[in-house]
Amino acid sequence: MKRTQREIEDSVRTITRRSLVVGGLFAGTGAVLAGRMRYLQVERADDFRLLAEENRINLRLLPPARGLIFDRRGVLLAGNEQNYRITIVREDAGDVDAVLDEVARLVNLDLVTLERAREEIRNRPSFVPVTIADRLSWEELSAVAVNAPALPGVNPEVGLSRVYPLGADFAHVVGYVGPVSDWYLQQTGDTDPVLQIPDFQVGRYNIEDKAESMLRGRAGTSRVEVNASGRIMRELDRDPATPGSDVQLTVDAGLQNYVEARLEGESAGAVIMDCQTGDLLALASAPTFDPNLFVRGISTTQWNGLNNDPYRPLANKATQGLYPPGSTYKMIVALAALEGGFVTANETVSCPGHMEVGNRRFHCWRRGGHGRVDIVGAIMESCDVYFYELAQRVGIENISAMARRFGCGVRHDLPMSGVAEGLAPTMEWKRRRFDQDWVVGDTLNASIGQGFVLSSPLHLAVMTARLATGRMIEPTLVRSVNGVPSDRPEPEDLGINPDHLALVHEGMWRVTNSSRGTAYRYRADDEGFAFAGKTGTSQVRNITAAERAAGVIRNEDLPWERRDHGLFVGFAPYNNPRYAAAVIVEHGGGSAAAAPIARDILLRAQVGDVPPPELYPVSLRRSIEAMHGEMRIFDAPPQPSGRTPGHGGQGA
Amino acid sequence: MSFLEYHVKSTPTGWRKILHLNWALALLLVTVACVGFLMLYSVAGGSFQPWAEPQMERFALGFTAMIIVALVPIWFWRNMSVLAYAVSILLLLYVEFFGATGGGAQRWIDLGFMRLQPSEMAKVTVVMMLAAYYDWLDIDKVSNPLYVAIPLLIIGLPVGLTFIQPDLGTSLLIMMGGGAVIFLAGVHWLYFATVIAMGVGAVTAVFASRGTSWALLADYQYARIDTFLDPTRDPLGAGYHITQSQIALGSGGWTGRGFMQGTQIRGDFLPESHTDFIFPTLAEEFGFVGAASLLLLYILILVFCIATALMARERYASLVVMGVAVTFFLYFSINMAMVMGLAPVVGVPLPLVSYGGSAMLVLMVAFGLVQSAHIHRAR
Repeated sequence: MKRTQREIEDSVRTITRRSLVVGGLFAGTGAVLAGRMRYLQVERADDFRLLAEENRINLRLLPPARGLIFDRRGVLLAGNEQNYRITIVREDAGDVDAVLDEVARLVNLDLVTLERAREEIRNRPSFVPVTIADRLSWEELSAVAVNAPALPGVNPEVGLSRVYPLGADFAHVVGYVGPVSDWYLQQTGDTDPVLQIPDFQVGRYNIEDKAESMLRGRAGTSRVEVNASGRIMRELDRDPATPGSDVQLTVDAGLQNYVEARLEGESAGAVIMDCQTGDLLALASAPTFDPNLFVRGISTTQWNGLNNDPYRPLANKATQGLYPPGSTYKMIVALAALEGGFVTANETVSCPGHMEVGNRRFHCWRRGGHGRVDIVGAIMESCDVYFYELAQRVGIENISAMARRFGCGVRHDLPMSGVAEGLAPTMEWKRRRFDQDWVVGDTLNASIGQGFVLSSPLHLAVMTARLATGRMIEPTLVRSVNGVPSDRPEPEDLGINPDHLALVHEGMWRVTNSSRGTAYRYRADDEGFAFAGKTGTSQVRNITAAERAAGVIRNEDLPWERRDHGLFVGFAPYNNPRYAAAVIVEHGGGSAAAAPIARDILLRAQVGDVPPPELYPVSLRRSIEAMHGEMRIFDAPPQPSGRTPGHGGQGA
Repeated sequence: MSFLEYHVKSTPTGWRKILHLNWALALLLVTVACVGFLMLYSVAGGSFQPWAEPQMERFALGFTAMIIVALVPIWFWRNMSVLAYAVSILLLLYVEFFGATGGGAQRWIDLGFMRLQPSEMAKVTVVMMLAAYYDWLDIDKVSNPLYVAIPLLIIGLPVGLTFIQPDLGTSLLIMMGGGAVIFLAGVHWLYFATVIAMGVGAVTAVFASRGTSWALLADYQYARIDTFLDPTRDPLGAGYHITQSQIALGSGGWTGRGFMQGTQIRGDFLPESHTDFIFPTLAEEFGFVGAASLLLLYILILVFCIATALMARERYASLVVMGVAVTFFLYFSINMAMVMGLAPVVGVPLPLVSYGGSAMLVLMVAFGLVQSAHIHRAR
């Protein structure tokens, strides 16, 4: 079909016109695109550059090594051990199940662990290492490493985990660490980024918890370049972690071990301290538990076992357990009376075995009475009636004020999870607490450490230390941090008349060294190691008039939980007091349960090793030897570890 | 015979034709392709594998194809137009059937050395077919409703077949490319005004009805439209691409981070960085200077095409060349608008730069047509 020239001209004109329109559209669009480029790349370049950096750079936290905890001689109490674990990277492993089977052949893995690992492998991105098993032995790790060619994607790794080499002996002093839980974060409000590190451990109990800020250290950071899926491309720079401070305690590992071993089988608490400096040398609570269990993850069975034990292994009886101090409180009453001028050294009181106050009869522990006793004799024989008489003269306010001067009813400042305040009751306290008036009977009960009075072994040890020295001894648990000794002021004088203290000392001396003393049987048969003390028995039940008439039921005939608590406080050596101890044996049946323990730990502290039988009365030597033979004591005193704090090393 | 209409004597013959190629245009194409090789090399982390080298081989193949097509007189291609169109429709049908039995959306035919996408082919064959149609049609009939319906059918068939593949981007491209040829052929502007008015009306109605009792679409359909129009509503899905793409672009700044230094690419933050999202890669590494230069190169290619179309003074040649130009323009403008957040994310590659065999080959053949029109233009 031929076209005319005119038609061709027409066509060309139309196409030219329309082409120019289209060309204009091209130009317009081009301008818009160029404008947008300019906007994004020039005007907003900085914003986008920042976003790109945020994309690219990731901060990885490097966990700090937790500070170590040592005893006073540099023995390691809490350390960090290499935790060997094996991880698997799915994308490198290929056939994950085959590789896991192979691993299970080399390493002893239970089905639960395997199943948990499988699930985690499924749920995590393919390049993330998943822990198959941890806490492997070096042999197991080696087996995996040697077989590496047959185990694609499997890597042996080393991390740090808390370990308590002395185990149960220090559970109630050092405490333990545990994983960071949501509850922990909520409770503490702690926002330290270090807590975000997987498998990070924080202190959960006692020193580990209370000295957390010192022990934790500061996380390091590693700036890494990552890709879209989070895989690390390279490290840009690194700020290494600062390890936590090393903490040295005042406790003596050997003594602590001896005390824990000596308490074994009882439900008991014991404290022994340096009565010149206030250094706590041992803080024992029995039964105890292995803190390593909590680090590794305690099983429900183990937890229930600990939790349901009637002897309450999880409770710290040394600092947290509160008991009526019983007759160990009598020195306080004696001093309150002497200092207040309510009694003189020679004044005697007649004890017929009971005392009538108001229309109530208050009994002495010895039914027949003690006859006429002075203050020394009353302490030696623990005459209740003598102190009933004193209490009426002195009044509760003076007694409790004296108790507080001696550290009872006061919360001592120690980095422990539970430090009980105790109770030295006052009239005002009773009104507030019970909305009742104080009655004279309450004072009488308080005078023999019963009724409202409550103390922990720590209180009684501090009291004994202050009695022994007449100075304001404060208990201390931390000896130094990173080699810097704790700042401790010289203990002030209590301001007690030395003559009055001497009278009390004389009474306490006779308790163990006079044949009429309540603890004569438990004396040390050596001038140099002889100690003074005071027995105590605290009732956990009321003895009715009917029972008293029929004859008080003997403790051995009562069920365990209704028997009396046995207490003993003491200091040694008598002539130059160095150690003060307090022991409480729950439901021990009386002070006879506590006194021998106090004797043994005081001797152990003085000798610096298991006390030889020669220090004991002849009749007891064989049985003591047999007892020491059976005790769970370190074969040799634990050797100070390599990493000793700078100033450490001197004996206890 | 129609070829007698051309001034045969004044056009070059034999191998001398090579000298009359539009070498400036060829150089522009090579330059753009080289930008592509460079970026594919960079995206692969400094390696010719897996993308740059195959892309070079294909470009060599495409360049050869362009010269062969260019040496054949344009009127021969006009006579081949119907055949080419028919073949591409048959291939689309073939893919449709065998794609269905093969499972999933199969858009390509394996030729051994490359995968041919019939939908890519259709972009050019539709333009050829329409150009041939208007070459055949009397000029005074172009606005006749009957003769307007026929090109709509010509466009509708491949558009429908690509749409059900489903490949929204390509079907839109074919539709717009075809529409442009109809416009260029001189169809009365009222038709276009009507279509645009109807389109705007329909969209307005759809959106106006939202939330009213006479809502034209279900809520979830509106939600899908929202996400399509504004991908940032779906930050982990479609929005992720566009956000990362803009970060890559923007962080390039004036002069870019330098060759092989783009962190968005190195860190795999930008998906599809060797295909549809290759432009942000260029923009990140070479900055505004690099990105604008590429845009300039594209515009220059268009300028050469328009010049060729205007000089052709022959209806088929002019329409084909302009059709190719519009198709090329749509490719890069939609792609750039998409990666810069100006248009929804539809799968449109950056022409001659994105990795892909079919698009490259088909475009080079299309530029062969432009070159042929240039060599065999009336003098």
